[in-house]
Amino acid sequence: MSIQANNISKTFGGYKALDNVSLHVPQGKLVSLLGPSGSGKTTLLRILAGLEFPDSLDQSSIRFHGEDVTAVPAGQRGVGFVFQHYALFKHMTIESNIAFGIHAKPRRLRPDKHAIRARVEELLKLIQLEGLGKRYPSELSGGQRQRVALARALAVDPKVLLLDEPFGALDAKVRKDLRRWLRTFQEQIGLTTIFVTHDQEEALELADEVVVMNNARIEQVGDPQTVYDHPASPFVIEFLGNVNRLSPGFRPNRTHKQALYVRPHDIELFPGDADAGSWALDGKVLHVFAAGNYGRVTLQRTLTGEPLEAEIPRERLRKLNLQPGDPVKIRFTHTRVFEQIDATHQELREIIETE
Amino acid sequence: MHPSKTFRSRNDSPRTPAATAESPAVRLTLIAVTMAFLSLFLFLPLITVFHEAFRHGVEVYLASFDDRHVRHAIRLTLLTAAICVPLNLIFGVAAAWAVTKFDFRGKSLFVTLIDLPFAVSPVIAGFVFIIIFGAHGYLGPLMERWDVQIVFAFPGIVLATTFGTVPFIARELIPLMQAQGRDEEFAAMTLGASGWRTFFKVTLPNVKWGLFYGIILCNARAMGEFGGVEVVSGNISGKTSTMTLHIQTLYFSFATVPAFAMASVLAMLALVTLVLKKRYRMVGDKKRINL
Repeated sequence: MSIQANNISKTFGGYKALDNVSLHVPQGKLVSLLGPSGSGKTTLLRILAGLEFPDSLDQSSIRFHGEDVTAVPAGQRGVGFVFQHYALFKHMTIESNIAFGIHAKPRRLRPDKHAIRARVEELLKLIQLEGLGKRYPSELSGGQRQRVALARALAVDPKVLLLDEPFGALDAKVRKDLRRWLRTFQEQIGLTTIFVTHDQEEALELADEVVVMNNARIEQVGDPQTVYDHPASPFVIEFLGNVNRLSPGFRPNRTHKQALYVRPHDIELFPGDADAGSWALDGKVLHVFAAGNYGRVTLQRTLTGEPLEAEIPRERLRKLNLQPGDPVKIRFTHTRVFEQIDATHQELREIIETE
Repeated sequence: MHPSKTFRSRNDSPRTPAATAESPAVRLTLIAVTMAFLSLFLFLPLITVFHEAFRHGVEVYLASFDDRHVRHAIRLTLLTAAICVPLNLIFGVAAAWAVTKFDFRGKSLFVTLIDLPFAVSPVIAGFVFIIIFGAHGYLGPLMERWDVQIVFAFPGIVLATTFGTVPFIARELIPLMQAQGRDEEFAAMTLGASGWRTFFKVTLPNVKWGLFYGIILCNARAMGEFGGVEVVSGNISGKTSTMTLHIQTLYFSFATVPAFAMASVLAMLALVTLVLKKRYRMVGDKKRINL
């Protein structure tokens, strides 16, 4: 089931939560809506679910596999929705929670008791909680509760699965496990799935496609590698992973402003007295810490006093033998300048060094 | 030794004072003041009620109820409560549902207005009803044409009592439902449940203890209502005299034992309410711990 949303706008009071957003999700894909809080990602998800409606039903449209569902309420859209805080029915057993959607079906569509029980058993097996059906939600751990919420959503055979910050309320270890589990699980059942997250690592690791959102708009859509390697805007590069932002020392006659972005792993260091090429920057070491294969070096750029983070292979770091206070030459292997793509070395030099 | 054990044994030791400890003198004074206050204002009246009621023995006590007017007053009070409590139950649930599950203009004003009966003296409310529905009131002529009597009759009693008990159920439910949020209802909606099903299977079970407590309080207040009812009903013995009104009538005619016998019935209702409240709190706490 593919999803096509067109021209979705949503305001709450005077606050614009979504500003003319359009989105296509292909059949069977696992897509992540990624953005900071207030970017509109949860609102978009709730509108896709039918829990909220766009400001204008005429100008906006939502299609599930070509079928217009813009004005169809949540219960009839065939979506499975999983909430950040599980929203399990506290007073019901796990079994009753999972069977809730099946019991809510009109009588002529409702399977008989045995079929319902069989379906619940099957789902309990799927979420690896066999034998816990008689327990209450309060007797389960966070990760188990979230899996029950998932089973409950799947019980009504949804055409689309929507998850709102599904791992947000879990601790780091459980989060990682559940993330991996969801990935394989989604591949098995092949259900078109959208999940909301503000955790870039989660989005990049889990999704087939990442939709980066900011300020009620979509900034970029693409597979994780593309979005990471070819960010379309300063927001995307700053939001996805660590990045150094260097203010340009502009010539007075330059009118438009640019900023230079460098990922920590795209920085090379040389001893202060080495000849590192004509456009290497001068800097000073502030702090060195090595864990794993890469060492993290905090630097200060001499010209502007700006701090920089660099990730240097441990081998190289040992050779350099840097101490706090040492002068270094800093060179970038890959940089990104917005409003001016593919800067040549000469241009970069101008941007960096002019005062 | 296990570190947590060390910690606990040190904490339990009577020699180490707790952080909140005061000197024995301060502690004793506080306890004494509290007990004196409670005795004077709560225990003493309660004991007096039963003491006066049983002053001449159980037989005299029981004989007090063998009176047409007394029995009528009890019936009237029960009937009033039987109408007011369901009315407020419907209103309270609807109001709490509206306030917690929807956003609308003037919501905070609405929530404040629910409390109005607590702020306004029941006597004033009673007079307002007379001004509206009385023979010389705004709607007086209309009432006369329809041949409906509200003031100095049963409908007036119900009206005044309902007014005084409006906040109880709504106030009990609103904070509870607010704390629970809307996610469970949204979940039920995405699973295809209808509004009714969502209400009866999801919302109601979540608030049942609060609702129960609200009903008990509402009922106690409905039976104990005095000021507003006195103004509106006219206190006609055997016709519009409720329990509280009849207690006053009896007392003023020096029928002390019957007056206190009836009062003891109301006092017992209050005690039952307290016991039920205590039970509700215990069940509530247990549930909270399980969460």
